[in-house]
Amino acid sequence: MDAYLSLWETYGGQMLSTFWTNMQLTFWAAIAAFALGTLLAVMRISPVPSLRWVGTAYVNIFRNTPLTIILTFGVLVLFGVFQVSLASDFNLNFFRIAIVGLTIYHAAFFCEAIRSGVNTVPLGQAEAARAIGLSFLPAAKIVILPQAFRGSIAPIGNVLIALIKNSTVATAGSVAEISGLMKTMIEFRPDVGILVFLTVAVFFVIVVIPVGLLTTWASKKLAVSR
Amino acid sequence: MKETQSGSGSGETPVVRMDKVNKHYGALHVLQDIELEVTRGEVVVVLGPSGSGKSTLCRTINRLETIDDGDIYIDGTRLPAEGKPLAQLRADVGMVFQSFNLFAHKSILENVTLGPIKVKGMKKAEADKLAMKLLTRVGVANQKDKLPAQLSGGQQQRVAIARALAMKPKVMLFDEPTSALDPEMIQEVLDTMVELAEEGMTMIVVTHEMGFARKAAHRVVFMSDGAIVEEAKPEDFFTNPQSDRAKDFLGKLITN
Repeated sequence: MDAYLSLWETYGGQMLSTFWTNMQLTFWAAIAAFALGTLLAVMRISPVPSLRWVGTAYVNIFRNTPLTIILTFGVLVLFGVFQVSLASDFNLNFFRIAIVGLTIYHAAFFCEAIRSGVNTVPLGQAEAARAIGLSFLPAAKIVILPQAFRGSIAPIGNVLIALIKNSTVATAGSVAEISGLMKTMIEFRPDVGILVFLTVAVFFVIVVIPVGLLTTWASKKLAVSR
Repeated sequence: MKETQSGSGSGETPVVRMDKVNKHYGALHVLQDIELEVTRGEVVVVLGPSGSGKSTLCRTINRLETIDDGDIYIDGTRLPAEGKPLAQLRADVGMVFQSFNLFAHKSILENVTLGPIKVKGMKKAEADKLAMKLLTRVGVANQKDKLPAQLSGGQQQRVAIARALAMKPKVMLFDEPTSALDPEMIQEVLDTMVELAEEGMTMIVVTHEMGFARKAAHRVVFMSDGAIVEEAKPEDFFTNPQSDRAKDFLGKLITN
């Protein structure tokens, strides 16, 4: 136990700051991926075949590519080969590239979650919207999506939880986040490795459980009554 | 964009004109050479057995169903295939559905004001005033702040009629408006429709309500197997149907 406490004294501050990095990755990637996912979902339900095709292709490609590969690609190819620079600061650049990678990957899942919400909206709603003279985009914006979002809070919550946990993969994108620190700590004191591991697990559980409870509550509270 | 029809002879442009309209669902020929003209202020009731294509016919008029060939004109303008011109023309055609289809996440008042505000660019205050007038007229003004799910079927359908009227349509389409209603609510919706007919609204009504056809229709169109089999004044149609299929259809109805 003393070993664990001394380890905590050495690394405690870093644990909190790297976990904060995970939360920041999650926050920005969630906003961007939700926006991109919404756009993709609109493309997939649009009356334009080429847009539908692009939306479907995007989802199938990125949903089926391992996240580690996307994030490694960001560092080794985007940065390594093409010298993509999203910030002058070295670490900030990797942080931002990781956000892009997380966004690209999770947008596919947000898209499918939103589309599952679209499927909760009866066809008659779209027909009624068209019948009063709304064209596709206004009908989607005013009638379909507001109901679809409310019908997809639970699956969106699931994607968000996956994103929180997947932020640890940013290590593969050279971002100093908590799972990377965990590895260092366990290598430094393997005798208390299990405790270190459990500590990190508790960090995530503390964040994920409220998100799950909140989205379950909201999905009931905001369900569209029909 | 405005392609007008060649004049059909005498006087006024029909509000709706269908010219040799055909539609197939796979091998099924659901609309066969449909020819129909509806003049201003006319109330046309479309009757026929289930699967005769009468709902499909109604839905092609604002292109909720596409057609394979033929032409449909709304007030002399050919129905465009898609895009903004189609949306604009749809705004002139009111539609009332069997399943009401009120916007489930909007209040009753918002359901009625949405079209005028978003499609016609009307100011909210003005749209509210118009909506309250229409909701009063259909007798549900006191429900204005509720959500559709909180209303009875009959009330919802009357709101749907108000929503369509708010667009000041040139013609109103009713696609089996009372088929999803409990018997005691059918009458309140029919009463609203009869009032509308008496005020001179041009209406195309697909229904099984023979009482409404007798009371409010100027003309009955009888469909069977995707074709218009017979057209007549209601009293003639009900007392002296010409075709065997119409006789058969009416014969089955009398028994209820």
